[in-house]
This record gives sequence, C-alpha cells and structure tokens, in this order.
Amino acid sequence: MANLRIQRISGHAGTVAGLGTQRQEQVAKLIDTTTCIGCKACEVACMEWNDLPFRETTFNNTYQTMPDTAWNYWTLIRFNEHPREDGSFQWLMRKDGCMHCADPGCLAACPADGAIVQYQNGIVDFQQDNCIGCQYCVAGCPFNIPKFNAQTKRVFKCTLCSDRVGQGLEPACIKACPTGCLHFGTKDDMRAMGSARAQQLRDHSGFANAGVYDPPGVGGTGVMYVLHDITNTEAYGGLPADPHVPWTVRIWKGPLKWLGNLAMVGGLIGVTLHYLRFGPKQVKDDSPGGAK
Amino acid sequence: MSPRPAVTRIKRYSMEERVVHWAAAIAYCYVLATGLAFYSPHLYWIAVILGGAPTSRFWHPIIGVVFAAIMAIMLRSWVGDMRITAVDKAWGRAMNRYIENEDEALPPSDRFNLGQKYFFWVMVWGGIGLLLTGAILWFPELIPWNLRFLRYGAILVHVACALITIGAFIIHVYMGTAMVRGGFTSIIRGEVSPAWARTHHRLWYDRVTGK
Repeated sequence: MANLRIQRISGHAGTVAGLGTQRQEQVAKLIDTTTCIGCKACEVACMEWNDLPFRETTFNNTYQTMPDTAWNYWTLIRFNEHPREDGSFQWLMRKDGCMHCADPGCLAACPADGAIVQYQNGIVDFQQDNCIGCQYCVAGCPFNIPKFNAQTKRVFKCTLCSDRVGQGLEPACIKACPTGCLHFGTKDDMRAMGSARAQQLRDHSGFANAGVYDPPGVGGTGVMYVLHDITNTEAYGGLPADPHVPWTVRIWKGPLKWLGNLAMVGGLIGVTLHYLRFGPKQVKDDSPGGAK
Repeated sequence: MSPRPAVTRIKRYSMEERVVHWAAAIAYCYVLATGLAFYSPHLYWIAVILGGAPTSRFWHPIIGVVFAAIMAIMLRSWVGDMRITAVDKAWGRAMNRYIENEDEALPPSDRFNLGQKYFFWVMVWGGIGLLLTGAILWFPELIPWNLRFLRYGAILVHVACALITIGAFIIHVYMGTAMVRGGFTSIIRGEVSPAWARTHHRLWYDRVTGK
C-alpha cells in the first residue's frame, strides 16, 4: 500500500527506502479465544473483503468444515475438543492465520527481492508481483501459514487487510466478529487489553494458567491470543509453544553465507595466486622423437 | 630437411565421454548461475539476465534433475576408473609435491589421479545431496507438518552441498584450463600426446600402450 512505508524487504541488497521515514504505531490484532464462539464470521468476512474464490467444504462429523488454510483461505477457526483432567471436555476455538511476526521467518528465508515486505506498522505482506514461487517462505514460517497456488506459482496469506489499515480502517475479520473477541489497535493497547483479560480470567473465572500469547522467539507477533491455558498452546489446533525462525534459516543467512562467500572468493584468489606462484605444469618430454 | 615423424596421439576420452562431460558442465553452470542468484541478493541480477527470476526459478530444479541424470550416466561409465587405490593413497600423501609442480617426486597415476577422483566423488555425492534436498524444496507442501524438520534441514544441506561443489568446481576449471596444459584439449578433442600421458598418467599410459 502506497501510504504504508516499508521497513524491511526480502532478498534485498542495499538500503530500505522507507525505514524510519514514517511515524507509525505498531498495529496488532488481539484474539480472545475465551470469548470466541466459532461462528466463522471472520472467515466469511475475509473471503468477502479480499474477493477470494470459494473452496469446497468438507465434512468429517466435526465443526472443522475447512481442514486447513489455503492460498485462497487465509483465516480459519481451528476446533478442538480438549479432554480435561477431570474427564470433562473443553471446546477450544482458535482463529488461525498469519501471525505477522516482528521477526518474520518467511521474510528471512525469501530470496526474491521485494516479494515479502514489512511495513513500518509491522504488517508483513506478500507482493505477488515479485514472488518467484520458490516456497522458501513455506519452509521459513514456524506457523505453517504461506500457501502456494500451483496455477500462478505464487504464495498467498493474510495481509492483515493492509489495504484497509492503510486507509485507517480495521481488518475485515474484526468488523464481522459478533462477540467482540477480535480486537484491533496499537500493539501496546492490545497487549494491555490482553493482559487485563488474562488477569480477569485468572482471578475470576478459574483459569489459573490464562495468559497472552505473544511469542518472543519471533520477536513478538502482530496477532496475539488470549488463551485459557498458556501452558498448553498445542491444544489450540497446534499453536507452537515456543516458535522460532528455523535455526537452519538463521545459519544459512548468517555464518554459512559468510563462510560460503569467503570460500568462493578465497577459492578464486587461491587459484590465481597458485598460478602466479607455480604456473602451469610442464610436460616432461622424454619421448625419443622429442614431440610434445 | 626430413619431415618430423608423425606423432601418435593417444585416445583419452571417447566421444560419448566428452558429450556426457560437456552436457554435465552446461547443466551445472546453469544451476550454479541461477542458484547463486537465489543465494545472495547481491547476485540476484544473474536471474534477471537469465530471463527473469520466476523463469530462473522454474528451470533451476528441472535442469537440476537433468544434471543428476547426466551424472548417473557419467557414474556408470567412470565408476571403475574412479575407485581409489593403494597407489592413490601414496599419491595423496605426496600431494604437496603435485601442488608445487614437482611431479617427478610423485608415484605414477592411472587414468585419473587422486585429485580427479576426489572431484568426481564430490560432484557425485554433492549431486545426490542436492537432488534429495532439492526435491524437498521443490515440493515443500508435500512434506507433512510434523516432518517439517526435513524442510528446515533441506534449506541448509542444499546450500552447503552447493558450496562444496562450487569449491571443487573452481579448482577443477582452474586445473583443466590453466594449470594442466593439454587437459582442456583432451576433453574437447579426446586425444593427448604420449609425453602428456607419460607425465600425468604413467600407469594408464603403460596400460593402453601395452608397455
């Protein structure tokens, strides 16, 4: 979005023109899973606003009528009937989608100049025009979010409605939520709101482990959750407890790159020096005819 | 002035061997160039020159598979000559002599010396590593989420294998063109002079000339 300046660019050599040039608050979405009723209005609003082509639903005797997010299905409620220690069930519902990490693994892994950008307000956005379809973002994401379109050879995910946010509007999913479990605002406000809600759950609702999910391993996220039990994130449709940018991506983009550059440049310099010092091998002419 | 006696050239590489070598060389150079473009943002311009980054990304894995297929043919035809023998081990202990061009002090080599054999096996095993990890990177969505360590590992192993083959490739090109004169002609025309064969591959020379 033209009015959202860019602070980080994937696969980019040189400076980033927008870095630090705009006074922007970090934005964030807060998802209170304790007041979500699983109505899927957010899913519909996302499809509607982004004009995404429809997908076939499936039925396997659960509420999970869409098995996973897809290139044209960016947000999805994950349903889980979680057995509690006392034998009763707890129905957990979590709106899944891009977490808009402050330190995005997709962006770190992407080799295509400008295919993934992070705006000054923290939104991580894919620019399909610059995407080359290599799917390194798929490997780099700790949340399994980027999805590949085999026809167009491009990868898609939630944009946090950067087109709406750039115009001062909230994301479409926020508008549609009937229980008000979805909130949008500055990261600081959302963090405070989430903490207050978790406190309330701990003090008054008997959820001693209630907490806010804002994982530090990816620098915090632009999408945060209030969870009844922060110690069991996996129960919420496989939410990773301590997500990180894969260490292999870190090594690849860090030490291995320097080692590789050193080896390649060193190799070229090495063979040149060898030639200057020792020169070509001489064929020993020991044949009777003296021919070479 | 009497005419000089005609020099018998010795056949070193058959037509098939040369075709396979150069097919592998062209395929390798393509995946090398496009791979380097994706390796560093500072080399991304290579992909632009080669028809744009999406085109480079489209062809990179396909040509990679072509390279692997050519390597399989090469492996079949050279595997016998590439076995590392006791003579090679003695040669390896004296490798510094070779590097410093004091070839007289080296034990004689057969058709390929230990350095050539090392290069061959680096490309074979590097190629296998690149093929397997490349397949994962080509179709990451087919790797189930609970096996995602394969995706993570493939990223690192692919680039590590590539860098190892690049190191070997630099030395190979240098030696084949600048350092060992006659080597480049031999892989193009397929022939070497007897003196060249005696100097560099005495055991092979003795074998093929029946001496």
